[in-house]
Amino acid sequence: MGIIIENLVKSYGIQKAVNDTSFEIKTGEVVGFLGPNGAGKSTTMKIITGYMAPTEGDVRVDGVSVLENPEEVKRRIGYLPENNPLYTDMAIIDYLRFCAELQGVERSQIPVRIREMIELCGLKVEKHKKIGELSKGYRQRVGLAQAMIHNPEILVLDEPTTGLDPNQIIEIRKLIKELGKEKTVILSSHILSEVEATCDRILIINRGRIVADGTAQTLRQQSQGQEILTVQIESSNGTDVNKELLGLASVEKANPVDGKEGFFSVQSKPETSSRKPIFDLCVQNKWYLLEMTGTETNLEDVFRKLTN
Amino acid sequence: MKSIWTITKRELASFFDSLVAYVLIIIFLGLSGFFTWLSGSSNIFLINQADLQVFFGISYWTLFFFIPAITMRTLAEENRSGTLELLSTKAVSDWQIVVGKFLSSLLLILIALACTIPYYITVSKLGNVDHGAVIGGYLGLLMISAAYISIGVFSSATTNNQIVAFLLALFIGIFFQILFGVMASGLRGTLGEILNYLSARSHFESLSRGVIDSRDIIYFLSIITIGLLYSQTILSKRNWQS
Repeated sequence: MGIIIENLVKSYGIQKAVNDTSFEIKTGEVVGFLGPNGAGKSTTMKIITGYMAPTEGDVRVDGVSVLENPEEVKRRIGYLPENNPLYTDMAIIDYLRFCAELQGVERSQIPVRIREMIELCGLKVEKHKKIGELSKGYRQRVGLAQAMIHNPEILVLDEPTTGLDPNQIIEIRKLIKELGKEKTVILSSHILSEVEATCDRILIINRGRIVADGTAQTLRQQSQGQEILTVQIESSNGTDVNKELLGLASVEKANPVDGKEGFFSVQSKPETSSRKPIFDLCVQNKWYLLEMTGTETNLEDVFRKLTN
Repeated sequence: MKSIWTITKRELASFFDSLVAYVLIIIFLGLSGFFTWLSGSSNIFLINQADLQVFFGISYWTLFFFIPAITMRTLAEENRSGTLELLSTKAVSDWQIVVGKFLSSLLLILIALACTIPYYITVSKLGNVDHGAVIGGYLGLLMISAAYISIGVFSSATTNNQIVAFLLALFIGIFFQILFGVMASGLRGTLGEILNYLSARSHFESLSRGVIDSRDIIYFLSIITIGLLYSQTILSKRNWQS
């Protein structure tokens, strides 16, 4: 069943934060929303979690509409909002109990769930402290713990690793990966490596629209299109190598690499490869081909290309 | 119902944790106690009547100022810190949130009023007390408190600034507390009657004389309901803006 998002539109005045977006998330997927700040990631999440109503369209979670039956949908979702707002005057345990009661966890199960969450999120040392006394990393863990307290099928995490130090980021990612084995997880980020490290599927959102959808692998391939090679050629007879390279039928662009003697960057025409022609060219002219490497487009490039 | 109680419990605990509750109860008891028992011009021994009219009269005003101070935090703080987003994405409706907040403040006032029961016991030892008037007086205080709490929760919902919430609640409250009555006294005819009916003072006074009339009860219940409904509308407008 999973989550079905149908023609979602959310406008603030004339500005459209989400612009006719439709997609489906299957049960058990870990999906990453990627996009520049203000792209509509958080707004989409707020609509999925029932905090805001869409201007048009609907969200169905396991067939239940968030418009018609918000409480049922909310019960199935655990949500960690952006900036992780918490009641700073409450002790961790009290807060988790409060959340568990609101989410309708059975009374006898509440202490068990609280213990499990404290264990899972590594809050054991701090469990009697007030939330206001915690460091940012621990607050984030409390945020995750409250989101999972009622064992929801779906977790929606809005920028779960902002403000954490590198060690904490790795821990939280590990935790998300762990959770992703049995739950549907939607997380948002503007950090590419994070999404690549944790998600099965990536949705790139820009100006309220989905501009790309797929695994990190397919996105790379899609945007790659044209082959880019870096070659190192040693020509003994002083001919203009660059000119010769440009003369090849499959080559679209060729430039010497700045500051590196004998290196050239060669871009092939779409859907052709220049590897073999370059080799043949070297053989013909009796040049030494010292190096030939394919440059892999990284997600950073994909992202910039799609969102600029 | 369970969710409402969960919210009420948390709010009440936070009143006591943050000392708001203790400060309120102590000042309330101090003020009302001073005027009832000690003040040179109005104390019970001077008036020489075994009743609690002085206490009810003082409480009518102290509660008017205290209640906005209690309710100003309820939703304004949630708006400011963003915890409202967290709360309203749990399996609760906006109505449950509003009622939960309302009940927590009402319970706090109830506790403060319960602390004044020794006054009643003392007075009843001193002479022949009109028990009906005392019960009516307490009922009146409770009703008017509930009405102001409802107005206070509404004011708190409209803003993310506690001071604004406090002042707005006082501003709306002062109409019911005194202004409608003042305006009514200068007017004749239907308008005067309407304004007179809107004034909380006359309703409170008839209750505190021990006359428990359904019209007075309906009056207070209407203010409470309207206040809570408006609070809910404001909350859902924020969440569901189109």
